[in-house]
Amino acid sequence: MKAESANWVGTIWITVGLLVLWQAAYLIVGDLALRSPLQTVAFAYELLRKPSFAPHLVETGKAFAAALAIATAMGLVIGITLGLSKPAGEVFEPMLVALYSIPKVTLYPILLLMFGLGISAKIAFGALHGFIPVALFTINAVRNVKPIYLKTGRVMRLGRAAMVAKVVFPAAVPEIFTGLRIGFSLTMIGTVLGEMFASQKGLGHLLMNAIGLHNVDLIMAITLMLVVFAAGMSSVLLMIDRRLHRRV
Amino acid sequence: MSEQHDLTAHVGLRGVTKVFRGADGAPSVHALGPIDLDLRRGEFFAVVGPSGCGKSTLLEVLAGLSQVSEGNVLIEGKPVGGDIMDGVGVVFQEDACLPWLTVYDNIAFGLMQTDTSRAEIATRVESALTMTGLSGFAGSYPAQLSGGMRQRVCIARTLVLQPRLILLDEPFGALDQQTRLLMGEELLRLWRATGATIFLITHALDEAAMLADRIGIMSARPGRLLEILETGWSRDRDSRLVETAEFGAVTARLWQVLRGESMKSINRDGARA
Repeated sequence: MKAESANWVGTIWITVGLLVLWQAAYLIVGDLALRSPLQTVAFAYELLRKPSFAPHLVETGKAFAAALAIATAMGLVIGITLGLSKPAGEVFEPMLVALYSIPKVTLYPILLLMFGLGISAKIAFGALHGFIPVALFTINAVRNVKPIYLKTGRVMRLGRAAMVAKVVFPAAVPEIFTGLRIGFSLTMIGTVLGEMFASQKGLGHLLMNAIGLHNVDLIMAITLMLVVFAAGMSSVLLMIDRRLHRRV
Repeated sequence: MSEQHDLTAHVGLRGVTKVFRGADGAPSVHALGPIDLDLRRGEFFAVVGPSGCGKSTLLEVLAGLSQVSEGNVLIEGKPVGGDIMDGVGVVFQEDACLPWLTVYDNIAFGLMQTDTSRAEIATRVESALTMTGLSGFAGSYPAQLSGGMRQRVCIARTLVLQPRLILLDEPFGALDQQTRLLMGEELLRLWRATGATIFLITHALDEAAMLADRIGIMSARPGRLLEILETGWSRDRDSRLVETAEFGAVTARLWQVLRGESMKSINRDGARA
């Protein structure tokens, strides 16, 4: 309990520190390139109230949700399959690692050709970013399941499917969740990047337009929204992650 | 082969041998046997032997977790293959509690895989919780329990399946001496209450001497049975047995047979190092 409250105090202090740095940067750089924290929050509030903004928010939300669902499902299926089969893991895991290290933006033209200029390409690009960490963490999680749990499953006469569902998966959940947390962030990056490069709707598209028009208010407001959402969700996921690891 | 088995025995082993084939050109290891043994229905049988003599391999063969290289194993007249047979429960030395499940769900885990009704599961789990002194901890997670309590959860998980043969692989190996004595008493109580046949692997001579009706003494690897010692204890014994002169005599006999074998085992391990 003490550790948790100390964490919260630390988070508040870091947030305050970042706001002070932001304000200081604004005072040094000036209106040409930045807005103050207060101005940004005020602009973001107005933006959220505009009816013309909602479709962009919904578009990004839909694309991100779909990309995350696909990345999670793909990552879990690939990870569990390769984790359970040693030969398959030895063949395909290095390929996943290689794909992970490639700047995914180089593959975006191919995705655009495959999916066209619309929400599908953004979803595919987001999912492409997110599924690999989920898969890699899942592979390791499945491989690291304690042999005694598998022995226990055998003693309880579990079949292969039941063994995966009732022993392997629950035992691997804490580590898989760490992969999901990283996959969450990368899927978000992928989705917004996809919108920035080739899209007609969404926060990434708005951001790119704002950059073109040097609309500092809009750039700062959208960036703030994305950061608040990502940091908030990441904190919640981290909290769950720590709880899961504590139980083991 | 089967006509050589004592058909009244609960478990019969004939010429059981286990050789681990070396992978990638490594030499094979003759771990066990040949072993001939009959377990009487409802008896408490313990096996002691020097470390690395194949005690755990013997248990795995009996459980169906490992296949014999030669010979055969019959439980209630049926040959043991590569699967756990109905009516057989196993408790391991390692902490086998599933950490994501509560104590209640851990104990019910095996039963949930069967067709047993929810009401019957609840009755059996409640009874096992009471029997193992875990009634107040049904909703706790294993991480909240001591090592001894976690081992009791594993024993309870086996008991609810109502096994006729319980295989225990050094179940108290990780516990301190006092806790082991008390856990031994509990085990004796459960054995009397269930009427199951118990096969216990242990490295602790006093534990074997206190708990078992008969003790099989194994040689250094490849593990063979050198002697089977009848303790002659009454069924309602408890840990106060350790105060008696007879107990001292049984332990002394075990050590007399085992000393040379343990020396062999240590010398071999030393030479390899």
